Amino acid sequence: MDFLYNILVAPFAMIGAAPSFFVEVLIGGLLSGVMYSLVALGFVLIFKASGVFNFAQGAMVLFAALFFAGFMDKGIPWYGALPLTVLVMLVLAMGIERVVLRPLVNQPHIILFMATIGVSYFLDGLGQTIWGSEMRVLNIGIPQNPINMGPIQVNAFDIVAAVVAGSLVAALALFFQYTRIGRALRAVADDHQAALSVGIPLKTIWAIVWTVAGVVGLVAGVMWGAKLGVQFSLAMVALKALPVLILGGFTSIPGAIVGGLIIGAGEKVAEVFWADAIGGGIEDWFAYMLALAFLLFRPQGLFGDKIIERV
Amino acid sequence: MFYREAGQFKASYAADQQIFPIRQDRIAYYTLLAVAFAAVPMVANEYWMATILIPFLVMSIASLGLNILTGYAGQLSLGTGGFMATGAFAAYKLSTWDIGATFGLAEPMHLHMVFVFLGAGVITAAVGVLFGMPSLRIKGFYLAVATLAAQFFLLWLFNKVPWFTNYSTSGVISAPPRELFPGVVITGPMAHPVTKYLFLLSLVVLLALGAKNIMRCHLGRAWMAIRDMDIAAEIIGIRPMRTKLAAFALSSFYCGIAGAAWAFLYTGSVEPLAFSIEVSFKVLFMIIIGGLGSIMGSFLGAAFITLLPVLLTNGPRLLGLNIPVDIISHLEFMIFGALIIFFLIVEPHGLARLWQIAKEKLRLWPFPY
Amino acid sequence: MSAPPLSSTASAAAPSGKRPIGDVILSVQNISLRFGGVRALTNISFDVRQHEVLAIIGPNGAGKSSMLNVINGFYHPQEGKVFHKGKERLKMKPHDAARAGIARTFQNIALFKGMSALDNIMTGRNTMMKSSLLDQMLYWGRAQKEEIAHREFCERIIDFLEIEAIRKTPVGRLPYGLQKRVELGRALAAQPEILLLDEPMAGMNVEEKEDMCRFILDVNDEFGTTMVLIEHDMGVVMDISDRVVVLDYGRKLADGTPHEVRSNPDVIAAYLGGH
Repeated sequence: MDFLYNILVAPFAMIGAAPSFFVEVLIGGLLSGVMYSLVALGFVLIFKASGVFNFAQGAMVLFAALFFAGFMDKGIPWYGALPLTVLVMLVLAMGIERVVLRPLVNQPHIILFMATIGVSYFLDGLGQTIWGSEMRVLNIGIPQNPINMGPIQVNAFDIVAAVVAGSLVAALALFFQYTRIGRALRAVADDHQAALSVGIPLKTIWAIVWTVAGVVGLVAGVMWGAKLGVQFSLAMVALKALPVLILGGFTSIPGAIVGGLIIGAGEKVAEVFWADAIGGGIEDWFAYMLALAFLLFRPQGLFGDKIIERV
Repeated sequence: MFYREAGQFKASYAADQQIFPIRQDRIAYYTLLAVAFAAVPMVANEYWMATILIPFLVMSIASLGLNILTGYAGQLSLGTGGFMATGAFAAYKLSTWDIGATFGLAEPMHLHMVFVFLGAGVITAAVGVLFGMPSLRIKGFYLAVATLAAQFFLLWLFNKVPWFTNYSTSGVISAPPRELFPGVVITGPMAHPVTKYLFLLSLVVLLALGAKNIMRCHLGRAWMAIRDMDIAAEIIGIRPMRTKLAAFALSSFYCGIAGAAWAFLYTGSVEPLAFSIEVSFKVLFMIIIGGLGSIMGSFLGAAFITLLPVLLTNGPRLLGLNIPVDIISHLEFMIFGALIIFFLIVEPHGLARLWQIAKEKLRLWPFPY
Repeated sequence: MSAPPLSSTASAAAPSGKRPIGDVILSVQNISLRFGGVRALTNISFDVRQHEVLAIIGPNGAGKSSMLNVINGFYHPQEGKVFHKGKERLKMKPHDAARAGIARTFQNIALFKGMSALDNIMTGRNTMMKSSLLDQMLYWGRAQKEEIAHREFCERIIDFLEIEAIRKTPVGRLPYGLQKRVELGRALAAQPEILLLDEPMAGMNVEEKEDMCRFILDVNDEFGTTMVLIEHDMGVVMDISDRVVVLDYGRKLADGTPHEVRSNPDVIAAYLGGH
């Protein structure tokens, strides 16, 4: 009975007693959800353009962050480290396209998925062989102090992260909508064969997409790295992007954003108000359960189309 | 020259439907069994038993289990580690259950180890069915992500709820010593590796045979039908719900036994950390590298993935290279990743297919036509 | 243990020739089906009589496949009723329809690519196999007996369709015409009362078409199976069907014997184009 009370009544009583605290938690959750969206975005880009479920996105986040932090430790200022790391990600993308994707073209999706797990192991190993496995502090001068907005306190860092993520999404949307490459990307996403037949170079497109995903990973890596420090566990953060994906749908950029927000907010709220009742550490699985419960009611995700099956 | 099936006629459907329709295959199989049961325990030293053969056999069970679900029934799962943990903890609870006290007997009494393993399998099967429910509505990668929920939730549960560890304060719990027959200790620190090995080997042989048998019966065909084209399967009368849940149940049964064996016969201690997400991936690698939808492949994959780290750690030392430990572990990651990609590119259907091709070649050898 | 007879209604030993057309076995009444705003079927009614070969014809997109999908429970129409053997059929799943004796083949072959031809045909008998999980794991006694009995039945279908040589070949490797035959075999293995054939002869050459027609007529003669088939080849339709239903844009244009349909002015105007 106590347990039921702690789950069903006490948290709501707590929320009712201090609504402004609840709003504060909620906003904190939404803002940290943006960080999940950032990682999920990389997945979506690649899935859309090549149908590959890129498990290595998390490793790419870590890889990019390691290089960025490593360059900065070598005394290169951030405006120098950034293009250098982008260059690294470009080389990486071309390498992946050449060594992994091209030989595996036309294989079933599960084979490509497995290959990206291989890529993920490889990158984790390579990054740490080069830069070592001790934690690196990444200080890029983002303020960490809390800001008061009326009765509500918000961390400045979270706001910066949200702004960065927002501008990144806007830039991507513009890129997809209005550039020649963007159009080609959308064509490839629709139908590989048809795109090939009108002369779109598939290989180049894939290299570009993986580079863009790498850059998105870099941004995510820098933001997460500044928050948590650059270390191996960063690759695990990326696993959190998976429930975001199933919430939002694998092919929807707005889905990735909204999914991230829902997961971030849900997780924070559950952690603050329900952790007492069911024990700490629920952030390990809460996002997955939330996504799972959601899927049972809407199997195609938030922004997916209703699936009409044909025979 | 020796591997020919010419002249071996089958006069009945029973003969045509046996597992090894070719006589040479049958001979090879029985020879292998004889070697594994009789020769290996005599030849192999304890190090080999304890660090290579036993984990290989345990992982073969897990990889059989996942192959049933993913390779045969086509439901991608990343929850293997969670199900193995369920098996390990179920076995721990069952083996420490004092039946004597429950039923008011004077003497403390414990379940026999065979029932502990079976029970662990059955409990895990039930958990597997529970987490298999979403498969009725979602498919493919969506399902894979959903099974991650099982992985993380189950491990968290075993970590957080003290009942599962019998309120142990240290959090490290070890497998209680039990006898298989009077005088023959099978678990605990006093158990001899050979005893464990033989018990495990019998388990593996039975489970592999069971899986192979199911795949030539109607349930196996129903699974493959769902895997190859679920809509068509439904239209010819296969009930998707039952069939998928049966796959989850049997697969989890195998994984549960694997988990129990891991804790009781290999490491000797029960801890959630041993069943992390890494394990789920490892088992997935096993079935992909070994061959999806192949019993043989489950074994080949398990052997490959268990032996590879051993080779990678010992290889440089044998060559006289002195590489720092942390670099070795990073290099191991890289080589592991690279090898997986390499294998997928060379033969996406796994080692089992390579084996098949080799047999085809052998049939014709030494004349190419 | 001997194999069950090939057909539940007649012994396979003696080919009995064309059976007289019997009562209405399946009746669809006022069916309307929509996908969002698209009207796939509008107010369609027709009867299927026992032992007959009924052809559904019409141009592409007329709703023919949708009609079959409604009959075997894959689509659920928004309006209208389906009566099967005189009883109204409520919303049901395709596997229930299969168990009630309705089998079908598909326009784009829907075989299980990873399995052999024999295994594909054996799946058609899955609904009749009862041995338990444990029996199957042991493959002892009941499970084995059951397997062998059904195998014998499937071998007779294989014999009938003349595909003995390829029984152990994975179907993915078979040429198109043979795949179509295996698919027919899988449907026949279920011993259906009603067999729905969705363009069984699409993409075949003349010889293969002749073979397929022979199989269809033989099945109809020997087992008395009621057939509903979709076909574009008018020659074939006129030759083998007892009755023809014409659909156009989701509506029924005509319903009658091939001769009646051929001379129906609506049909000529809309479809045959002055044939």
